[in-house]
Amino acid sequence: MTSTEPDPGQVAVVAFAQSRHARATEGLSEVEMLLPVLRDVLGQTGLSTGQIDFTCSGSSDYLAGRPFSFTMALDGVGAWPPIAESHVETDGAWALYEAWVKLLTGEAETALVYSYGKSSVGDLPEVLTRQLDPYCLAPLWPDSVSLAALQARALLDAEATSERELAGIAARSRAAAADNPHAQVRGTSPDAATLLADAYVTQPLRRHDLPPVSDGAAAVVLATGRTARRLTSRPAWIRGMDHRIEAHSPGARDLTRSPSTRLAAEHAGLFDPGAPPVDVAELHAPFTAQEVVLRDALRLGEGTAVNPSGGPLTANPVMAAGLIRIGEAAARIARGEARRAVAHATSGPCLQQNLVAVLESDGPAEDGSAAGGSAEDGLVKDGSVEDGQGGEGV
Amino acid sequence: MDDVLTAPMVVEFPFTRSLGPVLSAFLTGLRERTVLGVTAADGRVVVPPTEYDPVTAEEIRDLVEVGQRGTVTTWAWNGAPRRGQPLAHPFAWVLVRLDGADTALLHALDAPEGPDSVTTGMRVRVRWAQERTGAITDIACFEPAPHDTPLRGRPTSHPGTFAEPVTSLVAAARLDYTYSPGRAQTRYLNALAEHRTKGERCPECRKVYVPPRGACPTCGVATGEQVEVGPAGTVTTFCVVNIKAKGLDIEVPYVYGHIALDGAGLALHGRVAGIPYDQVRMGLRVEPVWTEGGRHPDHYRPTGEPDAAYETYKELL
Repeated sequence: MTSTEPDPGQVAVVAFAQSRHARATEGLSEVEMLLPVLRDVLGQTGLSTGQIDFTCSGSSDYLAGRPFSFTMALDGVGAWPPIAESHVETDGAWALYEAWVKLLTGEAETALVYSYGKSSVGDLPEVLTRQLDPYCLAPLWPDSVSLAALQARALLDAEATSERELAGIAARSRAAAADNPHAQVRGTSPDAATLLADAYVTQPLRRHDLPPVSDGAAAVVLATGRTARRLTSRPAWIRGMDHRIEAHSPGARDLTRSPSTRLAAEHAGLFDPGAPPVDVAELHAPFTAQEVVLRDALRLGEGTAVNPSGGPLTANPVMAAGLIRIGEAAARIARGEARRAVAHATSGPCLQQNLVAVLESDGPAEDGSAAGGSAEDGLVKDGSVEDGQGGEGV
Repeated sequence: MDDVLTAPMVVEFPFTRSLGPVLSAFLTGLRERTVLGVTAADGRVVVPPTEYDPVTAEEIRDLVEVGQRGTVTTWAWNGAPRRGQPLAHPFAWVLVRLDGADTALLHALDAPEGPDSVTTGMRVRVRWAQERTGAITDIACFEPAPHDTPLRGRPTSHPGTFAEPVTSLVAAARLDYTYSPGRAQTRYLNALAEHRTKGERCPECRKVYVPPRGACPTCGVATGEQVEVGPAGTVTTFCVVNIKAKGLDIEVPYVYGHIALDGAGLALHGRVAGIPYDQVRMGLRVEPVWTEGGRHPDHYRPTGEPDAAYETYKELL
């Protein structure tokens, strides 16, 4: 318990860890996949589970078909003596939101947030149909790739993008992922012209427009005020965060725009007058065309590096991919590569629900002087390499 | 590393859902080859209709009948239809704004001439299913309506009342998985198949978990050191089952107990037999009984040893 209530700017990401995302984590149970990530993130802070005030996780039983899988995942936390714990059945970015609110109330000084998804054991595009309206959508079994293709077609028809621009987004993402040992689709990247020669998967989407199907996990530690400064020399302060939702039926929305993202960004303070420019945007756009929608909604200009981690087009562990965006944005700040960053997470079909977080450093960016991280950053990645496959699902 | 066990797993879950007044009228209407929408607060006609305004969330109930032809607002070519989708052969997913509606309905478009024949803005019409039950699938799909022109004018009001309205919907769902118990439980199950019980020890608190799940839930660290436990153990607590479970070929009453195998840090559960049910007691010493080819003990029976003292198992209750 804190003795004084922190102000809204006083919660920071102090540590971030993620798995080496892969098409399939062969033979690992969910907790076996999650455990090293939890050890990593706690190790960065030097905190034990018993020293964490609040724990919140995000996952979905539908992915691996295991009822109450989140209770099994708690085995990896070490939940005895009993801990204060909560769970959301959606991406871990929303678990982070809950933890952030908890810290803002003054009820906790530290929080552990984690999420995980093992999509490899099911048929992900089919599984995701079960999140749809059970009366008018789910009985038709519209897979997630097809729904994203409807959105891409709407953007192409509106001349908001072109197939060449979409291929360019894919090529840029893959090139960016070359430096990210956690990414699944890595290595030498064909240019946009080469990618455009591919056949359609679900017209107008080609393989490069789709994210890979991934197994993976991620974890973040949040802390307030002085505690955050004690745990890391370079906290990534959460200046604002909000999430908004749109109508469930894709036919009731203008799929070329994202008013929920725009509104969440406004409430998160992204457009505040006098705020410094946004150096980095980590966008949860599993499909290339969705990046076009989000850039517009967030009013991102040429000065903002979009998905320097490679983004969800290069690793998309469902339920963790949104939390990873926040973690990656925070890591850029912790490494001194960015002063102000925006992270975005999405849920539902065609960017139905969107979360926006604005993160800032204490001081000015230091021209990549700390690039690659240092031990005291508390945000060091491990150096392992994982070869991956191209896009095939969500 | 040993091969990890996997097995196919099917999850089926038929949900029965109440429809409420608006969806009941909409789906019953489809059964009667009538497409209904609802008028929102701003005057827009929403199809499929919702009970609540998409903008203001206020309750809306004013139903109207819209056309059975409409305009494609966006489309995607599905070259490899999946199980459960409206058509078994390649088709286009379409959002269709029916004449008189202001929103679009998702469905399939049967376009036998392929993706080159599909465009945004093309005119299409409903193809009704032969057998209709009051479901979105009463629309079999849409089909091209060349040379068709949109109907002008506002849709007409509709009372939404039909004989024998459908009031609920059974949403059947089936998902197929390849289940794996993970490495720790694979080690456990493989040992069990050889009639040996292997737990795993926590490197921090030294507790031996049976069955192991790969992590110590108290310490949150990986377990790895395998420890053979049992075969005998002690009944720590038990209950008498008097109701026969469906599909279970065991005569009631029988005893189901918690059994702490010798060397284990916690009790597992199993059936206790080979002794009258009313003579089972805490502290009873038991051993597993295996059936031919069984991967698990069928049940546990008394060893004949003296009962264990309460102090020896009180921490394992």
